Amino acid sequence: MSEMTQPAERGFSLQSLTRNRAFWPIFALLLILLGNRLIAPDFFNIEVVEGRIFGSLIVILIRGAPVVLLSIGMTLVIATKGIDLSVGAVIAISGAVAAVLVSTTDINPILAILISIGVGALCGLWNGILVAYFNIQPIVATLILMVSGRGIAQLITNGQIAIFNDETLAFVGTGVIAGIQFPIYICIAVFVIVMLLVRRTAIGLLIESVGANDRASYYAGIKAAQIKLFAYVASGICAALAGLILTADIKGADANNAGLWLELDAILAVVIGGTSLDGGRFFLGLSVIGALIIQSVETGILQSGLPPTFNLVVKAIVILIVLLLQSDVVRRWISNSVNRLRGQMRGQTA
Amino acid sequence: MRFTKLSIILLVVVALIVPTTFAQVPESGEGLTIGFAQVGSESAWRTAFSEAVIAEAEERGINLLFSDGQQRQENQISAIRSFIAQGVDAIILAPVVETGWDEVLQEAADNEIPVVIVDRNVTADRSLWVTRVSSDFVHEGRLAAAWLAQATAGDCAIVELQGTVGSSAALDRQQGFNEVIALFDNMEIVLTQSGDFTRTGGKEVMESFLNTMDPAEICAVWAHNDDMLIGATQAMEEAGVDPGDDILTISVDAIPDIFLAMSEGKANATVELSPNMGGPAFDAVVAYLNGETLPDWVPVAGGIYFPDTAAEEYERRSGGE
Repeated sequence: MSEMTQPAERGFSLQSLTRNRAFWPIFALLLILLGNRLIAPDFFNIEVVEGRIFGSLIVILIRGAPVVLLSIGMTLVIATKGIDLSVGAVIAISGAVAAVLVSTTDINPILAILISIGVGALCGLWNGILVAYFNIQPIVATLILMVSGRGIAQLITNGQIAIFNDETLAFVGTGVIAGIQFPIYICIAVFVIVMLLVRRTAIGLLIESVGANDRASYYAGIKAAQIKLFAYVASGICAALAGLILTADIKGADANNAGLWLELDAILAVVIGGTSLDGGRFFLGLSVIGALIIQSVETGILQSGLPPTFNLVVKAIVILIVLLLQSDVVRRWISNSVNRLRGQMRGQTA
Repeated sequence: MRFTKLSIILLVVVALIVPTTFAQVPESGEGLTIGFAQVGSESAWRTAFSEAVIAEAEERGINLLFSDGQQRQENQISAIRSFIAQGVDAIILAPVVETGWDEVLQEAADNEIPVVIVDRNVTADRSLWVTRVSSDFVHEGRLAAAWLAQATAGDCAIVELQGTVGSSAALDRQQGFNEVIALFDNMEIVLTQSGDFTRTGGKEVMESFLNTMDPAEICAVWAHNDDMLIGATQAMEEAGVDPGDDILTISVDAIPDIFLAMSEGKANATVELSPNMGGPAFDAVVAYLNGETLPDWVPVAGGIYFPDTAAEEYERRSGGE
């Protein structure tokens, strides 16, 4: 109310900016990057070593790639009012498939990569069928694969870290094109493809309508089950790509640890990006920003020189602040106190 | 002749008089039946550990009953109950978790079956188990530091890749390492972070180290396990640093892949996390049955391995692939 009656002045543009959904996540990301710059003075430095661009900002993009990919898939799933807990396990499975294929068979590595992505899609299909056709609650349906998936990956790798020497597969994680590492290209490609799919076709709208009210959507003639299936398959494919990157990065498939707990980071990224867990409207770009926020915090902590015992606490506090910044209650409180302060200052100058 | 006859009679008499529990078990433990409740086969090291115990039992003529608990305590408890029902002479337990063993260990005690704990610890009452046989993490840290001190003549700026924060392996290896480098004025840990015992963790942390610091100023990397070190060597290679040469490496575990790295000149030394706990555990059982008192802890120390034997060790440990 008070905001409405405020005179426009120069505050207006700032206010409309802060009311923009994109403002707070991007603001938080910039704030965290600045904080990192204060801790490590050469944080923004970027140099070229042996034809490859180096620097902390690039590290954030490379290391953040798996969660960025997961968050893109997760956004679609959450928009349908679902959730996908299995992506960490799918990472382990797809990595195991690719690593075992190239190390024990003579298969063309490109084919191995495609098979691995296909396995990710299959995992997504499994989740989607359970959710969409058997009406199992998403958290339960995907929990099944979350728990059993690592076991499946261990069966594939025989419980060992499956190492390989194939250069093509390794390229997925550490290859460089024009000075930039390959995972960054994968992220950009997936983001653009998904963005085109959901914003240039009807799929995005259908996903939002299914997430907002799947019964109403059904009666309106939308095949809600197929839309959900699409979201889970997309999430599975994103997880498989993340698994390929993580596996290729260390030239080995670690069934026990690859992607461990990353499903939680992905969900967090989506939430930071402002997509509601209740489904409906979703914001792909902001989920990616959310993923980059998480990675910036982690990279910052690694470079801060803090004792490792503080890692999790610092991460939790920073994320909490980011989420508080987005909370309507806190934001109203801040804007009220800013207004009050402004009113006082105006009173003084008058 | 009469003399030997007499001595035989005497021996028989003595053997009858002497309590049956005393000096009756041969030192090797031959003829004993021992139940071994293993955690599972979740890692290559665990598998090597199981195989070492089985091979040792075979060599000594011990009848070993082996149970794979598949990382579940309830499986291990039912295995122990079945060992008790079969009337084994002793039980060796490699517990999956520390707590919740009191009841089943009490059952073993009620049946006068001694229990030796191997590897991880238990919180059960001290009277319920004979002794604990496990790796000496502190010793591993000391040995690693001692090698590095010698290799660098006590002058080295070290970056450390810690294991999972709060794990006993990380804490103890750190303690042992720091004890030894404290003896040298010019040995110092300049950067330290946790890589969570994983390859990805080790690689990410090493990348940030190389970003924060001029690689030329780093003398050595000390990793609490081989997996993190392997990740770190990849980070070094990608940054144009030659691991094992520009920056020395030392780590713990002696997994097959570290021998491969050493044979390729990418790593300098590894301290073995010894999987050979069968021998000391059987010795403890025999000593107990022969009436000796045992200390709370029997430490098992592994050796240190270098590139000169790496190729053949890799062959041996990776199953001759």
